[in-house]
Amino acid sequence: MSIFLNSDSKIIVQGITGGEGTKHTARMLAAGSNVVGGVNARKAGSTVKHTDKDGNEVELPVFASVSEAMEATGADVSVAFVPPAFSKDAAIEAIDAKIGLLVIITEGIPVQDSAEVWARAQAAGNATRIIGPNCPGIISPEQSLAGIIPANITKKGKLGLVSKSGTLTYQMMYELRDLGFSTAIGIGGDPVIGTTHIDALEAFEKDPETEAIVMIGEIGGDAEERAADYIKEHVTKPVVGYVAGFTAPEGKTMGHAGAIVSGSSGTAQAKKEALEAAGVKVGKTPTETAELMRELLS
Amino acid sequence: MDLFEYQARDLFEKHGVPVLKAKVATTPAEAKKAAEDLGGGTVVVKSQVKIGGRGKAGGVKIAKNPDEAEARADEILGLDIKGHVTEKVMIAEGADIAEEYYFSVLLDRSNRTYLAMCSKEGGVEIEQLAEERPEALGKVPVNAIDGIDAAKAEEIAAAAGFDAETAAKVAPVLTKLWTVFEEEDATLVEVNPLVKTGAGEIIALDGKVSLDDNADFRQPEHAELVDISAEDPLELKAKKLDLNYVKLDGQVGIIGNGAGLVMSTLDVVAYAGEKHGGVKPANFLDIGGGASAEVMANGLDVILGDDQVESVFVNVFGGITACDEVANGIVKALEILGDSATKPLVVRLDGNNVEEGRKILADADHALVTLTDTMDGGADKAAELAAAK
Repeated sequence: MSIFLNSDSKIIVQGITGGEGTKHTARMLAAGSNVVGGVNARKAGSTVKHTDKDGNEVELPVFASVSEAMEATGADVSVAFVPPAFSKDAAIEAIDAKIGLLVIITEGIPVQDSAEVWARAQAAGNATRIIGPNCPGIISPEQSLAGIIPANITKKGKLGLVSKSGTLTYQMMYELRDLGFSTAIGIGGDPVIGTTHIDALEAFEKDPETEAIVMIGEIGGDAEERAADYIKEHVTKPVVGYVAGFTAPEGKTMGHAGAIVSGSSGTAQAKKEALEAAGVKVGKTPTETAELMRELLS
Repeated sequence: MDLFEYQARDLFEKHGVPVLKAKVATTPAEAKKAAEDLGGGTVVVKSQVKIGGRGKAGGVKIAKNPDEAEARADEILGLDIKGHVTEKVMIAEGADIAEEYYFSVLLDRSNRTYLAMCSKEGGVEIEQLAEERPEALGKVPVNAIDGIDAAKAEEIAAAAGFDAETAAKVAPVLTKLWTVFEEEDATLVEVNPLVKTGAGEIIALDGKVSLDDNADFRQPEHAELVDISAEDPLELKAKKLDLNYVKLDGQVGIIGNGAGLVMSTLDVVAYAGEKHGGVKPANFLDIGGGASAEVMANGLDVILGDDQVESVFVNVFGGITACDEVANGIVKALEILGDSATKPLVVRLDGNNVEEGRKILADADHALVTLTDTMDGGADKAAELAAAK
């Protein structure tokens, strides 16, 4: 088991013919993902050639739309590598097609576009789970990768990981490669995102393969505080946490569009305290966080 | 990006929100001329700083004629309001204020939508009102698809508790303020106060607008709103090099890949600094996934341009980009910089191809470079080197 993504997942790539789309389609295939095609309205009817993880050549069809691709291939996951200016339309297309999972990798999408995409997903009855935008995607190691997470830095195992940050996801996957992961999700650092810490916590709690959960947060917003409330009420599995941005000054955006301390809200200290009050052990550094997890499970 | 009041006023005017006539001045003489251009009558001279509490700090004054406007501008220009020095004043027409209201529409992160707030009791600190008399502040969620149309504007006005006559006057202004929010890609549009004049007109007297930098590609006019004089010169230089850099007050320069990892690196260096004379991280610099030699060289160049920096900690996790490529990037960057690289560099590499990466750096054996195995160890070494200076 794993959450949201497994070896049965059939993946299409929106923007499969672009630079990023091409590079990461190849990486996803190499990681063993079942990529079945892609979308680019202007190149519909053509194919793109890649190599799968066993070294066999695969020819992937390019479709005019997400719904056509789903009909022809049975795809249930889309990974979007589409420039910011076109990301909203690409996402709405995937939502209208009611694809089960949409992973939006793109960084730099205007927040009003993300808010509209979220409103449309809700209006469509939340048939589409959205991960991102501005995220590295999701990996269920040795099963499937939908996104840009390096696949060879960890192994399949018993931990669940949810993080706002891409490289901290990688760092933690690597630190805890001895224990391995059922699924790791980078939910993204934008102010408006689809899947939240709480969504992932809920799914990890239900997943029999996941024994313990690592939660990584960063400054900005109140997602970690709300996740702490959720953990207190609903999560029985052990959770270890890490929060980045203790030294971030007020009013300065730290790389992610959502990573900003405004006034007294969004500070790392407040998030750490909220998590600790919910019984979560919070590490001072990523390495110490990994140690806390090992101690918990030993 | 947060705008000055006069910039917000201009955007309001552009979208048909009723505002007072106003002009910007950077000298007392310009202020006098502005007051004359506005008809020579009573004007308000307002400090243009991006912080609240201007009135209490003496940054807002009434002038009955152009000579008084010149004198008041002389007092306000240069005034330091909570660390923000007044470089410009806005000279605005006087208004016959009968009542003061409050309105804002902003991004509501928690609910992934927008929130409109409106009150009959404006002109005060809204945080204070929200705390002391929350019932006086109407809050209405705004759907990102529908926005504030006429019906939603009426709902907001009703939530604020306006009488029917006033609500009918306020509502059309709210839909226009929504137009500002939507068409300018704002994350906040706030009017405090929104006033009713003696003649019954509704006017946006003071506005605050925050714009979404991610939307710059479709808002070319927003580039003109950037206040270059207020930006840190190193941050400006980094922006020109397309680097994600934030200047901080410290001695250990930081380079890393990925916003979260870099934020984490700052924290770990600050902890390490506690053991080494209180040295602190000097900056945030995310060079992204690629970490090519050119980007690495540009990043080092910016950091070494900071006179406070005594050591540099390069903390890279090789994920998509493997460590050997990153190591080659560092070696080439040091070649590009040559003699201008003078401060010790502590490098921590981990992840894909880490052995190859470390070997490349070990073989290069650069006098300035110290290799470490862990992030915590690297932070400690960099802090120690900075403290030793």
